[in-house]
Amino acid sequence: MSELIRLSAAELAAKLSAGEVSAVEATQAHLDRIAAVDGDVHAFLHVSDSALETARGIDERRAAGEQLHELAGVPLAVKDVLVTTDMPSTSGSKILEGYMSPFDATVVERARAAGLIAIGKTNMDEFAMGSSTEHSAYGPTHNPWDLTRIPGGSGGGSAAAVAAFEAPLALGSDTGGSIRQPAHVTGTVGVKPTYGGVSRYGSIALASSLDQVGPVTRTVLDAALLHDVIGGHDARDSTSIPESWVLMAAAAREGQSGEVLKGLRVGVVKQFSGEGFQAGVEQRFAETLTLLQGAGAEIVEIDAPHFEYAVAAYYLILPAEASSNLARYDSVRFGLRVHPQGGGTVEDVMAATREAGFGPEVKRRIILGTYALSSGYYDAYYGSAQKVRTLIQRDFNAAFEQVDVIASPSAPTTAFKLGERINDPLAMYLNDITTIPANLAGVPGISIPMGLAPEDGLPTGLQLMAPARADDRLYRVAAAIEARLESGWGHTLISQAPALGGK
Amino acid sequence: MAKDKILSFERALELFEPVLGFEVHIELGTKTKMFSSAPNEFGSEPNTNITPVDLGLPGTLPVVNEQAVRYSISLGLALGCEIAETSSFARKNYFYPDMTKNYQITQSDQPIAYDGSVEVELADGTIYHVPIERAHMEEDAGKLTHVGGSAGRIQGASASLVDYNRAGVPLVEIVTRPIFGAEHNAPELAKAYVAVVREIAISLGISEARMERGNLRCDANVSLRPRGQEKLGTRTETKNVNSLRSVERAVRYEIQRQAAILEAGGTITQETRHWHEDTGTTSAGRPKSDADDYRYFPEPDLLPVVPGRELIEQLRSELPEAPAARNRRLKGEWGFTDLEFQDVVNGGLLAEISATVAAGATAQAARKWWTGEISRIANTQGVDAASLISPENVAATAKLVEAGTLTDKLARQVIEGVIAGEGSPQEVVDARGLAVVSDDGALIAAIDEALAAQPDILEKLREGKVQAAGAVIGAVMKAMKGQADAARVRELLLERAAQA
Repeated sequence: MSELIRLSAAELAAKLSAGEVSAVEATQAHLDRIAAVDGDVHAFLHVSDSALETARGIDERRAAGEQLHELAGVPLAVKDVLVTTDMPSTSGSKILEGYMSPFDATVVERARAAGLIAIGKTNMDEFAMGSSTEHSAYGPTHNPWDLTRIPGGSGGGSAAAVAAFEAPLALGSDTGGSIRQPAHVTGTVGVKPTYGGVSRYGSIALASSLDQVGPVTRTVLDAALLHDVIGGHDARDSTSIPESWVLMAAAAREGQSGEVLKGLRVGVVKQFSGEGFQAGVEQRFAETLTLLQGAGAEIVEIDAPHFEYAVAAYYLILPAEASSNLARYDSVRFGLRVHPQGGGTVEDVMAATREAGFGPEVKRRIILGTYALSSGYYDAYYGSAQKVRTLIQRDFNAAFEQVDVIASPSAPTTAFKLGERINDPLAMYLNDITTIPANLAGVPGISIPMGLAPEDGLPTGLQLMAPARADDRLYRVAAAIEARLESGWGHTLISQAPALGGK
Repeated sequence: MAKDKILSFERALELFEPVLGFEVHIELGTKTKMFSSAPNEFGSEPNTNITPVDLGLPGTLPVVNEQAVRYSISLGLALGCEIAETSSFARKNYFYPDMTKNYQITQSDQPIAYDGSVEVELADGTIYHVPIERAHMEEDAGKLTHVGGSAGRIQGASASLVDYNRAGVPLVEIVTRPIFGAEHNAPELAKAYVAVVREIAISLGISEARMERGNLRCDANVSLRPRGQEKLGTRTETKNVNSLRSVERAVRYEIQRQAAILEAGGTITQETRHWHEDTGTTSAGRPKSDADDYRYFPEPDLLPVVPGRELIEQLRSELPEAPAARNRRLKGEWGFTDLEFQDVVNGGLLAEISATVAAGATAQAARKWWTGEISRIANTQGVDAASLISPENVAATAKLVEAGTLTDKLARQVIEGVIAGEGSPQEVVDARGLAVVSDDGALIAAIDEALAAQPDILEKLREGKVQAAGAVIGAVMKAMKGQADAARVRELLLERAAQA
């Protein structure tokens, strides 16, 4: 395979700006890779037919001497939850099959403005509901490390695309772990920024108070570079934070070279271990903590007594908001329309459309959410869940008085087999136990590779969480840990992934 | 539709005490919509004032219109309300094709304004204080037009067309507490309350508040309870009563209809009812119960509105005089009778008359023109009087009458000309040659001509039969094409009779 696709985005960007590689070449290399392996991986729902033309435009501008963004000409895979004007946006659902948005999501608009080449839309669990991408209406994505296993979810497509070298950069969305858990199981990097740090405008809403768009990459620096492109205030998203941000890439570079681990206080949540956690995952996590201590960090056990209620609260808040957010898919203005046999009223058409257009997991959560918001149940369910949310935020506040970052495995297990949990929603939900608290509290989280689990040889991820608005701290620390781990291994983790497509 | 039995109003009041409640929706006249940058305009081509946000397209998010918040605060203050330090939005979930998201962004637990009171004065001077529970911000829905059925009703329609131009237009909903003690004044109070709210909105400049356009819509709640009973009766909610007169009629009708049912031992169904302007009756809409479940929850896409004391106090200091107080002041200043003033209020012409007086007309002249000729033309054309002519032009016309340049009759033609777009009053006078003939010579010549045709008249006048003058005056006016001062003609004629 072309060496171009093995480069990190930062490396590729350097070659592009040095004129050693053209955007067309870079784009073509990735399109070729998609053609070669995506039949097996199925990371993409749609591959752009205008990417090369866009790349040509970048090359022309560069040739004309225009000062371009650092990442101009680098290909980018876009999760199908983000709306785009040049490619369909389905959010993994039949109800939006072929839907063309009249506008680009803010993050896509910013990526395009920076000269990134949107090469395709990636697969996902329908409306981002799931942890395995098996709930996509268009068939599952396969984990590049083992095609019989799940790539995580909901953003399995973006993670798999990056892990399979089909794109150096991808955009994801994380409502309860949909960026970080796929990163964990595919040996890649995924970041859920501080809530409000990245615009949600144009991100097809799952749960508005939890959703956050973020980068999916193979290195911490690449994630930081992409974060800088997509982040910052957007007047079209009222929950977007108006204050300015420091550059994440600068923080990542500082982490790569500096001594940021010395004296760092790292919290380890008592509640994130034991039952449900795979031995190999816990082993790699313990080793990583040892490495941190060796680098001068202080490990502090912290108590987060309310974290154990996080999953329960999450599965009330999320379905409640989702049941309302998904009400617009009614066939009246856009999307699928199904006429019931023998015709019927608009209500009949709405019902028939939603019956045919939504998959079982979406229906399950709409029903659950509708019930949780019903009069007489609101206080017991939605109201209680919001109280738990406040308590979890307090747990975080208390923890961050003691420590600079919180560390945990990004998920309790490595990638499970496709089909293994599809009929056991509770088991599926529990895979997000470590990632959900950050969404409930709005704090940022990152997952970086921390080695392969000895028992199955599959990737594991280290999750780091920081206080809200301290995303730069995550990049600084994660880059430092990444550098130490890789120097210990003598290679990047992703380089150990098996070859695909017989190449 | 079976005709409802109704009881006489007097009998209904003998047996039962009416309790009222109102929900008035006011569309705010902001430039753009409540949560999007789409123009907030009436009368555009269907589905042109829309953005992806108004259509609820995937990925869109609402952004609160600051001007709408200011308007809402001003309105809340004018309604005597407290303004919430923190006010928040909620989603009201229900499926209907005029709602693009299938939820309405509204306010539930934390309305922008609450606990107010509005002074309402009836024609006979009785003053009521209508208690306001809350005023909250929300977005309007689109407009459905049912086609293929009869009279635009959904029953029997083959299809419905939807226009989303109105979807997302900012609304304030003003909700009263139950209003007790209106008794036989209930229908009049209903009308007067809505009129006051309308005046407040207009005087604040936050809405055109035109009921025929749906800028201001009233849902009237009516319940009856037997005399001496504490417990409130079951209420009905009559929807979208679109004129002040209809509000009065609808309340009266509901009192009479409910009384007939209760007197016969029946029970009132809690439901929404539709008002029929043509028959002056209401009919059952959809049953409504307190168990209607809209699954309200806090709108996660929006932050709470925290206006700050400073803004609230600034808006408070900019409030215009309260309508009730202003009315009392103006009535005194203008010297109108109760009846005259009521006419002006009912016609919604206070602002126009104020401006006309400010432009130099006498109050009586201003009243006469606005409630007379201009309102007549407005009624014929089905438009608002205010939209026809400027107060300055009315004042200029009145001044021409005062100066003797025009008679009332000529002035009516001038008004007509100005409304027809022929220019300023003076321009119309010049172009149409309407000025009064003030040249006595010309008048005397015309008198002589008329006398020559009817020689016996002079004789009669000399005999003291003054009424005989009419025929000559008529002839002179005709000869002068109405552009003579009849009183002057009469004077000259009598002088002529005395001379000979």
